[in-house]
Amino acid sequence: MAFELETASHPETLKRVAIEPVSRVEGHGKVTLLLDDDNKVHQVRLHIVEFRGFERFIQGRPYWEVPVMVQRLCGICPVSHHLAASKAMDMILGAKLTPTAEKLRRLMHYGQILQSHALHFFHLSSPDLLFGFGSDMATRNIVGVAAAVPEVAKKGVLLRKYGQEIIRLTAGKRVHGTGAVPGGVNKSLSVEERDLLLKDIYQMVAWSREAVGIIKGLFEKNLAEYNAFGRFDAHSMGLVRADGAMDLYHGGLRARDKSGEIIFDHFDYGHYWEKISEDVKPWSYMKFPFMKHLGPDEGWYRVGPLTRVANCDFIPTPLADHERKEFLAYDAGRPAGATLGYHWARMIEMLHAAESIKDLLHDEDILGTDLMAKGERQERGVGVIEAPRGTLIHHYRVNEDDLVIRANLIVSTTHNNQAMNESIRQVARQYFDGREVTEGLLNHIEVAIRCFDPCLSCATHALGQMPLEVTLEDAAGNTIDSLYKDAHGVSRGK
Amino acid sequence: MSENTFLLDGEAIPFVPGQTVMQAAKAAGKYIPHLCWHPEFKPHGSCKLCTVKANGRFVSSCTMEAAAGVTIENRTPELDDKRRTLLQLLFVEGNHFCPSCEKSGNCLLQATAYDLGMMSPHFDHFFPDRPVDASHPDILLDFNRCILCSLCVQASEQADKKNVFVMGGRGMRGRRIIINSESGKLGDTDFAASDRAASICPVGVILKKRVGFAVPIGERKYDQAPASVVEVTK
Ligand code: SF4
Ligand code: FES
Repeated sequence: MAFELETASHPETLKRVAIEPVSRVEGHGKVTLLLDDDNKVHQVRLHIVEFRGFERFIQGRPYWEVPVMVQRLCGICPVSHHLAASKAMDMILGAKLTPTAEKLRRLMHYGQILQSHALHFFHLSSPDLLFGFGSDMATRNIVGVAAAVPEVAKKGVLLRKYGQEIIRLTAGKRVHGTGAVPGGVNKSLSVEERDLLLKDIYQMVAWSREAVGIIKGLFEKNLAEYNAFGRFDAHSMGLVRADGAMDLYHGGLRARDKSGEIIFDHFDYGHYWEKISEDVKPWSYMKFPFMKHLGPDEGWYRVGPLTRVANCDFIPTPLADHERKEFLAYDAGRPAGATLGYHWARMIEMLHAAESIKDLLHDEDILGTDLMAKGERQERGVGVIEAPRGTLIHHYRVNEDDLVIRANLIVSTTHNNQAMNESIRQVARQYFDGREVTEGLLNHIEVAIRCFDPCLSCATHALGQMPLEVTLEDAAGNTIDSLYKDAHGVSRGK
Repeated sequence: MSENTFLLDGEAIPFVPGQTVMQAAKAAGKYIPHLCWHPEFKPHGSCKLCTVKANGRFVSSCTMEAAAGVTIENRTPELDDKRRTLLQLLFVEGNHFCPSCEKSGNCLLQATAYDLGMMSPHFDHFFPDRPVDASHPDILLDFNRCILCSLCVQASEQADKKNVFVMGGRGMRGRRIIINSESGKLGDTDFAASDRAASICPVGVILKKRVGFAVPIGERKYDQAPASVVEVTK
């Protein structure tokens, strides 16, 4: 039944609702709802334009250039690609990182988690959550948040800035830095840089705690709605540390089934293809990954904050672990399945990132000088990292002349492809009245997508509101109704 | 004005007979933008970036012998404007992706473009199909970035006595550096990473393998000072 709304039996008799692009999602997405003659939703698909061409672009390039080059893949989380590629290239060099290198990379990664989660929650999602999914769009944005609750907006902006500052100091630049190199890093922190970061970290931990409080409060206030919104059951997958702890930088793959039972655990990601395969569907550019032994229909899974917080045995920083327990205990463990629970889990991870940064800043190793390691040269390298939006896989083959001859990347958005489709189907069932393309419907679909992902295409786009068009078409392709929305307001076409 | 001086943008510059305008200007700490000129080698005069006006006529300052009493215009808005256009042409003729180029911060083309305030490539990109030669164990050649300055040809011939690089082909798209071996591959020459030619390329074509990003961005040659300073002090 999972794909009930994906392919209608007689699409030629159906009407089509197209939503394009999804506003405030930094990328390019399009939702089509196909209706039958009774105006019931019969088919729902999220189309995502994925930049697969990039893999060909990498082929023929020297391997040491790749960690820098792949940062072009995403405007929000370039550091995740930088680190995943660097990890893959460590494997090419057969290098085991020095403690200084690994800790600096972790610091960079937690800085990235902090800035991306802050952006995702405060800038892009908090307007919906604070003002309501159907509230006036003129104020449902970060400017509106700044006007209504200036303290909240300010903290969001400063949390993000702090994360960016960590990236700047560890990667060399705020965007597209070069800090991680195959086999290690090219710089450590100076005492002054460390002290600069130490000055504000306690404030960041405190604000991250408050952020968890905000989303927890919203859940409490709207429990029934939040729990039901776009909800669906799914398998899950992500990295965990050898002792079962949450580890966003490194670990083995753990998958759980819908009921929480472990499917595989501590699986060496260097052979991820033994567990995961990618399905192709004619209507989408983006692939659909699935767990091999379950097959494409049953084997799809969810990745990202929600699954990571529920998937690990504990979080190795005390404040975040406390929040994890509350999160799981809530409503008899049910928020772990609620799509809006992604935001809650995201804020718990942000707290974990802030706490981890605090710990690393107190570790003398980050000031060290032993930056590079070497080992026995390999032909194949796989780097996996838990990026802000979920598991990110980089896989390369490098020939003896040092050129990349094959590249395969599976980004978080791809892992969550089926899950996002599923969530939108639930929303369409709940909120489409069968007659009109309402702004409310649009917003609910956007809210569902944004639980997973603010950057569908992993392409660089400016922040802020994107124009949005909703068109209702009949089976012959005639436009019956259309709704257009951009920064200036909403207008209805014919 | 004393005997062996010329006027550069209104300032008297001394010279030793036999010196070029470029050499005398550099000795006096005056920057004349250039790409294909290198103090160790005979001027080649191909990039034309060093073009100045000597007594009102356009000449390449890297090849023109200094002469007493000549009035030379160098950093005038007119000349810098033409230089920017030349730079823009170079950027679109090759494939220059600075953000992922390991030479970024050490590249004379990039630094000169910054210094002269080139804001965009302006012209349509050619996106030429240029080869990468990774056959040598220690050196990578990425011809996407070649500006045909011919310094590698001179360094290999004059300093290394090897003739590994040869200028060949014709026309804007045909002209290119050819590797002097039967296979046309660097791996089949006696080229060595210690050769002068291995470190002469002003852009990111001739590169030492595996160390591209060892020096962080921010700590590179032209991160410390702009081309106009670095190029008269080196
Ligand atoms: S390879 Fe470098 S040194 Fe040789 S001609 Fe091209 S740009 Fe000049
Ligand atoms: S520097 Fe004189 S022509 Fe190139």
